[in-house]
Amino acid sequence: MPALIELEKAYVEARRDPSFRREFHRHLREYAGRQTPLYFAESLTARLRGARIYLKREDLCHTGAHKINNTIGQALLALKMGKRRVIAETGAGQHGVATATVAAKFGMECEIFMGKEDVERQSLNVFRMKLLGAKVRVVESGSQTLKDAMNEALRDWVTYVRHTYYLIGSVAGPHPYPMIVRDFQSVIGQEARRQILAREGRLPDYLIACVGGGSNSMGLFYPFLGDRKVKMVGVEAGGLGLKSGRHAASILAGKVGVLHGSKSYLLQDRLGQIRHTHSIAAGLDYPGVGPELSYLRDQGRIRFASATDREAVEALKRLAEVEGIISALESAHALAEAMRLAPRLAKNRLIIVNLSGRGDKDMNVVAEYLKASDEWQIVNSE
Amino acid sequence: MSRIDEKFSFLGGRGETALIPFVTAGDPDLGATLRILGALQRSGADLIELGVPFSDPMADGPTIQRASERALRSGTTLPQILEMVRQFRRDSDIPLILFGYYNPFFRYGLKRFAREVEAAGIDGILCVDLPPEESGELKRWTDAHGLDTIFLLAPTSDAQRIRLVTEQGQGFVYYVSVTGVTGARKHFEDHLRAQVDRVRRVTRLPVGVGFGVSTPEQAAWIASFADAVVVGSALVQVIEKAPGWRKKAEGAGAFVARLKRAMKRVSKKAGGDPSTSSGSA
Repeated sequence: MPALIELEKAYVEARRDPSFRREFHRHLREYAGRQTPLYFAESLTARLRGARIYLKREDLCHTGAHKINNTIGQALLALKMGKRRVIAETGAGQHGVATATVAAKFGMECEIFMGKEDVERQSLNVFRMKLLGAKVRVVESGSQTLKDAMNEALRDWVTYVRHTYYLIGSVAGPHPYPMIVRDFQSVIGQEARRQILAREGRLPDYLIACVGGGSNSMGLFYPFLGDRKVKMVGVEAGGLGLKSGRHAASILAGKVGVLHGSKSYLLQDRLGQIRHTHSIAAGLDYPGVGPELSYLRDQGRIRFASATDREAVEALKRLAEVEGIISALESAHALAEAMRLAPRLAKNRLIIVNLSGRGDKDMNVVAEYLKASDEWQIVNSE
Repeated sequence: MSRIDEKFSFLGGRGETALIPFVTAGDPDLGATLRILGALQRSGADLIELGVPFSDPMADGPTIQRASERALRSGTTLPQILEMVRQFRRDSDIPLILFGYYNPFFRYGLKRFAREVEAAGIDGILCVDLPPEESGELKRWTDAHGLDTIFLLAPTSDAQRIRLVTEQGQGFVYYVSVTGVTGARKHFEDHLRAQVDRVRRVTRLPVGVGFGVSTPEQAAWIASFADAVVVGSALVQVIEKAPGWRKKAEGAGAFVARLKRAMKRVSKKAGGDPSTSSGSA
């Protein structure tokens, strides 16, 4: 608790400090490669014969996903607080890579906690983190995925709290993390808002983003919250289908609970034990969701949908084929919803999909998925 | 006055430090726990901390994580734990503290939780991932049912936090001896004693020390300046290693008896030296 109070104080100060903001935006520009394009997916739009689909190209950020926005911000905060060691949890490895990257850049010691199951399915990212000079700690407790990595990172943090900064990658965890991560990721929505206004002269009708913990969705949605006419859809991991019980759809299928210091929707059993989750996308494989997303759902501001493993893989393939863009499996969940929604809308409607990351890291998983199922034939024969 | 208060005032009168062993309920099953509780009481435990297993015990080290996993594997649930406590209570009035994580308590319904926990004969609640700032909802019901709510202080706690915890806390203040998670440790920081004194200056609540205490020597040293010593992981290791209910109960009892004997040899505030406290983690 004292560490969280210290962090909140430091962050509130930094947020007010124009020189901190300037430095953050300079690194976003010069190092992360912002701003990212808002790309009109013309071929995809033509095939779906409905709303115009724009992709916010976070996959073009340095390290290949939106995660770098937040790690730059928090690394600057850690430096300001005088902490020389950063730790982080990671699922898909994107946040781990983004943390290892800024740790290398700013000369900080870095240790990444990753569940054993994720280490196996995201081996490319594990190698990247090591190459960047980070130590990767394989977590073998519990379900050996993101939540367990977070447990272990919290254990490390409370042990070495005096000189360690815990760099959380999602809008989850205890306050002030959900707020900090949301703020640093809001650059996505701020840019998208400017870009769509410049390009179309009006605001979009829909924003669509995948939701695991929820950092890319909060980043896109937040600057539009006041625009009452902009509809927002969060897409959760439907895994093998919501009825199968093997999924990670915390908001659609969870109940209110408290985990990792926040109260939110959680996948849990009747007695409050946290359930194992499943998603083909390691970055969505988390039993909770950011508390602010839960709140906005209860307010009716954000609608939630889900996409199954299969729908995500199909969407990934389809985008690759018609647009020449290989999306991350996580972002493919958002694409799947966009592909469902667009044909039902008039041609003058606008959709922005957050393409939160690129798919290189997922090629093994996708190849195996396609090999194991008859999916390959199904998709190819379309 | 709660059963916990009475115990501390009784021990305080005799210049004795309380020994509080911790065990995970249902490790490896509740039949074993019932026998272990009996053994702990007969061997000199003054209060007992009973852990409710949780799927994500992020404040615990590997030993108690494993205990939690074993308990969940044998199907241990909160209602079953309370049923076991009711049985134990038939012939024991030792103060019992329920230790756990918030989510299972919250899901149970806090009102129902407090009612049933009191009815089973529990005296205090220690919810390790619930800071006093967020404990209003829980305390509303635990207070109504006369249950003590125990909070933690850590070496990183500043004066303001010490004040908050000592004002909100009941029963005793649980001082976490080291930064980090539960688990047996070889050494303590020399200034533990000064830190405990710092807490004692602002509160009349007894101050207990836990996390990492693993040997009779360490327990004796801490007993020389604290009001209670909590021993968890080291005891859970003894239980883990022994085969079968009987051996587990015997082993746990023998270990606690050794701790208590060592603590009794040291009269409070007589001093002692942390460097003499070697241990097997």
